[in-house]
Amino acid sequence: MPDLRTNTGGIHSPNPFWLASAPPANSGLQIQRAFEAGWGGAVWKTLGIPIQNVSSRFGAHTIGGVRGAGFNNIELITDRSLDINLREITETKRLFPKHPIIVSLMVETESEWHDIIKRSIDAGADGLELNFGCPHGMCERGMGSAVGQEPTVNERITGWAVKHSSVPVLVKLTPNVSNIVPHGMAAQRGGAHGVSLINTIKSIIAVDIDRFVPEPRVGSMSTNGGYCGAAVKPIALHMVAALARERDFKLPISGIGGICNWRDAVEFILLGASTVQVCTEVMLRGYGVVEDMIDGLEQYMRTHDFSTIDQMVGKAVPACGEWGELDLNYETVAKIDASKCIGCQLCVAACHDGAHQCIHPVEGTRVPTVDESECVGCNLCQIVCPVEGCIELVQVDNGHARASWNEHVTEGKPIRPKKGAH
Amino acid sequence: MFSRLRSLAVTLSVLRSMRVPEITSWLLSRMDLPLLAHRTESAFSDFKLPLMRGEAIAEATRCLFCADAPCIAACPTSIDIPQFIRKISTDNVHGSAKTIFESNILGMSCARVCPVEVLCVGACVYNQLEQPPIAIGKLQRYATDRAFAEGWEFFEAGADTGKRVALIGAGPASLAAAHELRRLGHACTIFEKRATVGGLNTTGVAPYKMKSDRALTEVEWILSIGGIEVKMGVTIGEQISLADLERDFDAVFVGVGLGSDSALGVAGESLAGVHGAVEWIERMKLEHLDLRAVQRVVVVGGGNTALDAARESLGLGIPNVTMLYRGQREVMSGYSHELDAAMSEGVRIEWQSVATSFGGGNRIERVECVRLDESKRPMEGGAFVLEADLVLMAIGQSKLHAMFATLPGIAFDRGSIRVNADGATGRRGWFAGGDCANGGKEVVYAAAEGKRAAHAMHAEMMGEHAHA
Repeated sequence: MPDLRTNTGGIHSPNPFWLASAPPANSGLQIQRAFEAGWGGAVWKTLGIPIQNVSSRFGAHTIGGVRGAGFNNIELITDRSLDINLREITETKRLFPKHPIIVSLMVETESEWHDIIKRSIDAGADGLELNFGCPHGMCERGMGSAVGQEPTVNERITGWAVKHSSVPVLVKLTPNVSNIVPHGMAAQRGGAHGVSLINTIKSIIAVDIDRFVPEPRVGSMSTNGGYCGAAVKPIALHMVAALARERDFKLPISGIGGICNWRDAVEFILLGASTVQVCTEVMLRGYGVVEDMIDGLEQYMRTHDFSTIDQMVGKAVPACGEWGELDLNYETVAKIDASKCIGCQLCVAACHDGAHQCIHPVEGTRVPTVDESECVGCNLCQIVCPVEGCIELVQVDNGHARASWNEHVTEGKPIRPKKGAH
Repeated sequence: MFSRLRSLAVTLSVLRSMRVPEITSWLLSRMDLPLLAHRTESAFSDFKLPLMRGEAIAEATRCLFCADAPCIAACPTSIDIPQFIRKISTDNVHGSAKTIFESNILGMSCARVCPVEVLCVGACVYNQLEQPPIAIGKLQRYATDRAFAEGWEFFEAGADTGKRVALIGAGPASLAAAHELRRLGHACTIFEKRATVGGLNTTGVAPYKMKSDRALTEVEWILSIGGIEVKMGVTIGEQISLADLERDFDAVFVGVGLGSDSALGVAGESLAGVHGAVEWIERMKLEHLDLRAVQRVVVVGGGNTALDAARESLGLGIPNVTMLYRGQREVMSGYSHELDAAMSEGVRIEWQSVATSFGGGNRIERVECVRLDESKRPMEGGAFVLEADLVLMAIGQSKLHAMFATLPGIAFDRGSIRVNADGATGRRGWFAGGDCANGGKEVVYAAAEGKRAAHAMHAEMMGEHAHA
């Protein structure tokens, strides 16, 4: 039986699946139900000076009939009183002592930070998460992503928190920056025990084309919100990997962004996350989604002979490189398995209109042919093919030794002739 | 064979009594065709339910948008199916319906009555993938029903060319031809000898696919382009001669369909209760039939009309329905998906059997039958009897070619008017399409042939101007 227990910066959890700081982690009863459903930990909805929210708050991006493939919100931090939140934290810890509760915090001054950290820890927090990421509303008041976008401010406030905290401190990073690394490094310099990323991305989710108002609509107006959900996963994976690859960055990572199932979680873990946080998928489908996450992860670990999460963390990081390191002489061509082909010819349209015009229809059959002398191995045909395993990209032995662009430029290593570039 | 719809019969007799010039053209855009409210067909509900918006979008989203799509090639009217489905997926239902009607003005009825299993849906690549093929017919119904419900108008008549075209028969082929001719600017006059319009779409479609009122709604919708005059109760060769047509019109389209049900020519066939299936189906669709005494039906034949008649009988609550077919399943001309449905609903089939005589007193009581061997000879000891209160003969329909046989240049193939790919006969100005030319096929073929003929007529009438 694989061991799913994790340790992120000293926060121990029975499994790597945490609720992210968000509406599903808004109250004690919710989090208690989540723990009963199987969630390993929860990051409590951000505490601070309670705010007033708007109606409505959420917007969804529908892609190909899938509602909420992308999602955004203009909700702020908790609107409930600090006393009630703290009381519920205590109660939840009493009922679920082995499940870590990480309390997300967002205040302004050092004294405010000192005060809220003390009260959170007194209430039973196992860790703190500093919300330096919220890209709407709070940043206009000098908090949230306004902090996360300034490494010096990030480092200073992280330093305050660490100084006043007796439990591990995670810094939640905003993706609304051009390069995530300086911001992770700032958190490290401030003494954080780990980082969590990504927070939401600045976005306008949609426009009501009949009313001429963006969504979510608050009366006759809207504003930018934070983008999240399945569609943001690639951006989050990149940012997690960018920090994991950074030699001087040593902190553990709690991965966030579009995680919907065990497979997504595995990808984050392989790129360096030791825990993952989920919000949107729970908002759309409820806490029960964790069952498949746990089950699928266990099965994956069994089939790959992983006995602990630690063995998986960062396993794909060494394979993340710069473009200049890629082997220019690695050559593949598309092969169509005629016995599997259903004759939809999506590959023909894609190759002709969107790639290198090397897949052609054949008289008398619906199965197209690949002109391998022209095929650049771009992969588009395999992506559009609806039949699993019908199109494979097969390596061609072209007799050329490995040569990256960097090696070509610095060492003069020879590169193969171009294909499809006439 | 003529409709016995009483309320129409009055109109019919009035029209019949007039001489040609006095015949009031029945402009159907203003019509309120009197259909009985309590027709026998009203007992049926749609066996394929319409898609709700969410279902339609979900199904449309599954479409792969194939390149050079096999479904288009399988559609006689070459509707750009992936394109109309894509438009449903983006909630552009107006554009979707336009794509359909651009290719097939009868797209609403075809969505309901097409044998999609052997056409577009049968060609869907998902069939190769062990996944359900796209429900193209249902999606087409979704878009076209919406167009009707919203009253969307997509087409207008072309600039007047001064040319006039006569169309004989008001069935799908003529309607498709006339609509296309109007788009090209030609004046159209449809001559219909009967009291109803729409041809078999109105009188012959299985009511669980489409009822007659829906077919009439479609006729009205097609005629709303304007400039198509429909003269009802006019029989060519009686009130109007072929010579009249040639004199008064620049081109003629023959879309007369097929004639009356064929008979076996065995003893007792004229007993009460023995009907041609096409005739009976028409009465079932337009009239109120008293079927209370009918407990046992025998349907003779193995084509799609026979299968329709059998399924309709069963659907009307007649408990025992038996089909009598002389061949084996493999050679049956009825579609196998229709056969499967009929059998699953409880239709019994006597394979390799024929009726040798019909017996009874005043009415049909029994069908004397015999089983055939592999070489279609009666088997010794193969005689058996089926009791029956109703017999429906579905062994084909006669051909209506006699009146045209006098025109030099018009030739026939096994009774069907011989036409080229454009619907042109061997006589200049004369074109034909639909059942009278193709021998009897689905409405979608009639729609395709009518439209193609319209373009060929246009080219012939306009000569060099056709491409201007």
